[in-house]
Amino acid sequence: MDFQYFIELFFGGLTRGSIYALIALGYTLVYGIIGLINFAHGEIYMVGAFTALLVAGLLGYIGFPEGGILIVAALAAIVWTSAYGYTMEKIAYKPLRNAPRLSPLISAIGMSTFLQNYVLLAQTPDFVPFPMLLPEIDGILALFGDVLGPSDFFILVVSFTTMVVLMLWIRYTRMGKAMRATAQNRTMAMLLGIDANHIISVTFIVGSALAALGGVLIASHMGQINFGIGFLAGMKAFTAAVLGGIGSVPGAVVGGLVLGLAESFTTGYVSGNYEDVLSFCLLILILIFRPDGILGKRQVQKV
Amino acid sequence: MLELKSINTYYGVIQALRDVSLHVDEGEIVTLIGANGAGKSTTLMTICGIQHPASGEILLNGKPIHNLQPNEIVRLGISQVPEGRLIFPELTVAENLDLGAFLRRDKDGIARDMEYVFELFPILKQRMGQAGGTLSGGEQQMLAVGRAIMARPRLLLLDEPSLGLAPIIIQQIFRIIQKVNSDGTTVFLVEQNANQALHIAHRGYVMENGRITMEDSAANLLASEQVRTAYLGM
Repeated sequence: MDFQYFIELFFGGLTRGSIYALIALGYTLVYGIIGLINFAHGEIYMVGAFTALLVAGLLGYIGFPEGGILIVAALAAIVWTSAYGYTMEKIAYKPLRNAPRLSPLISAIGMSTFLQNYVLLAQTPDFVPFPMLLPEIDGILALFGDVLGPSDFFILVVSFTTMVVLMLWIRYTRMGKAMRATAQNRTMAMLLGIDANHIISVTFIVGSALAALGGVLIASHMGQINFGIGFLAGMKAFTAAVLGGIGSVPGAVVGGLVLGLAESFTTGYVSGNYEDVLSFCLLILILIFRPDGILGKRQVQKV
Repeated sequence: MLELKSINTYYGVIQALRDVSLHVDEGEIVTLIGANGAGKSTTLMTICGIQHPASGEILLNGKPIHNLQPNEIVRLGISQVPEGRLIFPELTVAENLDLGAFLRRDKDGIARDMEYVFELFPILKQRMGQAGGTLSGGEQQMLAVGRAIMARPRLLLLDEPSLGLAPIIIQQIFRIIQKVNSDGTTVFLVEQNANQALHIAHRGYVMENGRITMEDSAANLLASEQVRTAYLGM
């Protein structure tokens, strides 16, 4: 077990973890605002990957310059998938805003099943190859080629930049402040003139955009997708969000990275067969011993 | 300025307000007193559009507002300091105050009002960068009042500002309410602390089980036998 192998696993885990983090952010943002675990979020990620696949295929067919395909396909996926997220909230969750908590949860599971089957019927049940869109940067390969896969570096840079921008947006913009206020106390936010419906819509749009970006990056990295990829990715990202502390934005990032690293090291040092087992054992252990997660706050009963 | 006409509000099947009519005129301090659970907070939440009345009308300067969304009502100049203060615990004092001015775009005016709030409550200036949740109860109440003032309301609604505070802090808060009123803001004050409230108010209403049972000038209510035994413990 030499050092270079360790570093290789470390970067592999970081890459995987950064994708988990992008998707986990969607879970945590939505949970923070309306207290719902959006179980259809994994499917949003899957729709993002399919949208990029279709757009990239079309652009390739008409001979669009190769460098631009990734950007256009990713943007198209982000916009189209955000529209899915926005519509999903309006159809499946908004009518249940004041219903008992279990109702929107069941609605979310229904939405997830619906989206999976819709893509299954509209596309194909088989795995379809996804084009390699991510640029391979020669200089980087020369420097880190031993420890870093060709697309890893690109995924890391894009996902970390996105997460930093998101955090700055939440921290400093008017909309970001309104979001934090709504998350902390929706009634009070409304009393200050914040339109809670608008904030909830924005939250779903932002979460879906992040998931779409994650979908494009990972699909291009893995090279194939099908209608079912959202389920496992969604469960993993959910685990990451809980691990970091659901409702906490930095928590989702930390949780995603920790989960990615844990999986990578397990695969590398134990066996690839135990990768998923590890994730879900981790989920169970957190739920038992530290349900508030790494960065989550203890739930204090208010008097 | 504000007029409620035969308002009925329900929580599910439970009726919280029964045929409530009252009015607040420009420049007044009007108080609504009553026991816990009488419907005082529901009255404020109905005015602000958080609860919608099943029947009745709410007029602001003659125009109906009972079908508007909360943000539209804030825009018309009504701002509430809710019961329990509802400070955003993880936002700083400065951010809490900023959010009070959420719908305003006049940067200069906002800066002026921020100075005004710091004049009223100098302690808040020292606490600017601190998280709202770390303030004491009295400071949180000051922040809640300051935040409402940042919206530059024409009508300020206050729900039990004295709740859980030390007598000296209560006096300070009530002095500030009087000052804000004399600076031109109309005040509608909900209180269980009837004595204090009636001492600064011009007029008052008494609420029992969701109904308005008495209405008079503050001085008359203070002198009334019924109010004295029921609410002033005399």
